[in-house]
Formats: sequence, C-alpha cells, structure tokens
Amino acid sequence: MNESIFAFNSFAEFIAMGKHGFYVWVCFGITIAALVLNVALPWLARRRYLNQEARRLRWEAMQ
Amino acid sequence: MKWTWFHRLGSPKWFYELSGRWLPWFAVATVLLIATGLVWGLAIAPPDYQQGNSFRIIYIHVPASFLAQSIYISLAIAGVVGLVWKMKIADVALQQSAPIGAWMAFISLLTGAIWGKPTWGAYWVWDARLTAMLILLFLYFGVIALGQAISNRDSAAKACAVLSIVGVVNIPIIKYSVDWWNTLHQPATFSVIEKPAMPVEMWVPLLIMVLGFYCFFTTVLLMRMRLEILRREAKTSWVKAEVTRLVGKKHE
Repeated sequence: MNESIFAFNSFAEFIAMGKHGFYVWVCFGITIAALVLNVALPWLARRRYLNQEARRLRWEAMQ
Repeated sequence: MKWTWFHRLGSPKWFYELSGRWLPWFAVATVLLIATGLVWGLAIAPPDYQQGNSFRIIYIHVPASFLAQSIYISLAIAGVVGLVWKMKIADVALQQSAPIGAWMAFISLLTGAIWGKPTWGAYWVWDARLTAMLILLFLYFGVIALGQAISNRDSAAKACAVLSIVGVVNIPIIKYSVDWWNTLHQPATFSVIEKPAMPVEMWVPLLIMVLGFYCFFTTVLLMRMRLEILRREAKTSWVKAEVTRLVGKKHE
C-alpha cells in the first residue's frame, strides 16, 4: 500500500476509480454543474433586474 | 425571552440588511467546506470493502437527500408562520426555497440511480424509499407550479402554505421507509443515538459535505430572497435608494 494520505497510487488510478470511474464522475459532474447553475441563475437574474430598474428610475426622473 | 427579533424579521427591509451582512460568510463557508469535502471524499477516504470506489457517490447523495428533506420541512414551517402571523417574508422564503429543494431532490434521485447500477444492478426499482423521494420531487413541482399559477400574491401564498404543510407527511414516510418495508436501500448512515455505521475516515468527509450543502442552501436562498424582496418592495423608497446605490456602484 502507498505511504501518502491519498487512497490512490497514481492520477490514472484516481480517474479510473477501480471499475466505477464512469458512475462516480457522472454523478459528481452533474451535481457540480447543478450547484453552479443554482448560483449563476439568481446572480444573472439580479443583474438583469437591476439594469431594468435603473432604466425605469432614470425614465421616471426625466418625467 | 424577547420576541422583538421575530417580528422584526418579518420586515423585508430589516431582513435585507441583516442577510446582506450574513451572505459573504455563508458563501465563503460553502466554498471551503465543499472543496474540502470533495478532495477528501474523492481522493483521500479509503474505498469501501464491498462497493469499492462507487461508494464515493455517498458524498453527494446523502447531503443532497438530507437537504431535499430539510428544505421541505422548512417550507412547511414557513407555511405555518405565513398563515398564523401573516408574515410577508415567510412567503418569500417558501417560494424561493422550493426550487432549491427540487434541485436537491433531483440530485438525490439521479445520483441514487447511477449508484444503484453498479451496486444493485439496476438504475431504478419501485422501492418504498425511492418512490417516496420521487413523490417529494413532485411535491416541490406542485408548490412551484401553484405559486406561479395564482396571480394574486396573497392567495398564492396561502395555497402554497397549505400544500407545503399537507405534503410534510411524506417526510417521515421517507425517513422510516427503510424500516417499514423490505427494501434494497441501505439503512441510515448517521444516527443521533448510535455510533455511525462507518469508520471515521469515511464519515468525517461526509459530515463536511453535509455542512457544506447546508451552507450552500443558505447562500443561494439568501441570494434569491434578496432579489425577490427588491422585486416585491420595488415601490418603497428604501428599495429605490438601494437599487440606485447598487446600479451607481456598477457604473463607477
């Protein structure tokens, strides 16, 4: 067995995950994508809303 | 005990100011905990003696499942608070939690299905735990659809509160499904009264991931609620001042 703190001896072994590389990486990939999406969507919505409100407030000020 | 904080929490302005101070801390905690949990769970924790490396899926499957159930309970609590104290902020919390809960139920079901293939030999079985979790996802869809379908805000808030409270009966069914029915699903990994059914090198990263997911939920919920408050209170002078301040900062 290896001396390091890691459970794998090489990067190739880490990617292979025994026979389960496909299952593990698909799960983690989709989950991380979903988490990023959950942050990105409200952030973009906030930017869009602020721009739209700024236009409205400027227009109101001109009236 | 003084209850002024509880009533003040109902004020959108007070909540907006307080959440603005909390948000960065939760965001930092989320990144640190999830990054640590990912590296520890994927590369450092030892493989399971039966399942090999496929067991590492537990590090997202269990946190997502916990969160999916906790968020539904919080919908029901927000529902009760909204109905009893007519607190506006409760409906904001309910409406903004539901999509995050649906995402978590989806992640739980999907990672469970993918984990099932190498472990049970099937992506899906109509087992009590899995079926109850699917019902949870549909309950989330129901709350989201109901909130969007009713145009009167107060009626929508009431309808969603009632559905959330009624639907919470599904949560103990999910929890005890592995004890009540014969099931393929393994029993709980964590218990309050017993030692975890896992060696410490395996459950410490799991605990870190669970905390990371709860911080993630708090961060995203606060982001969503703050935007929704700006939308709902758009006519008040403090929101107009805040929008002007935020837009001005961007153009400097």
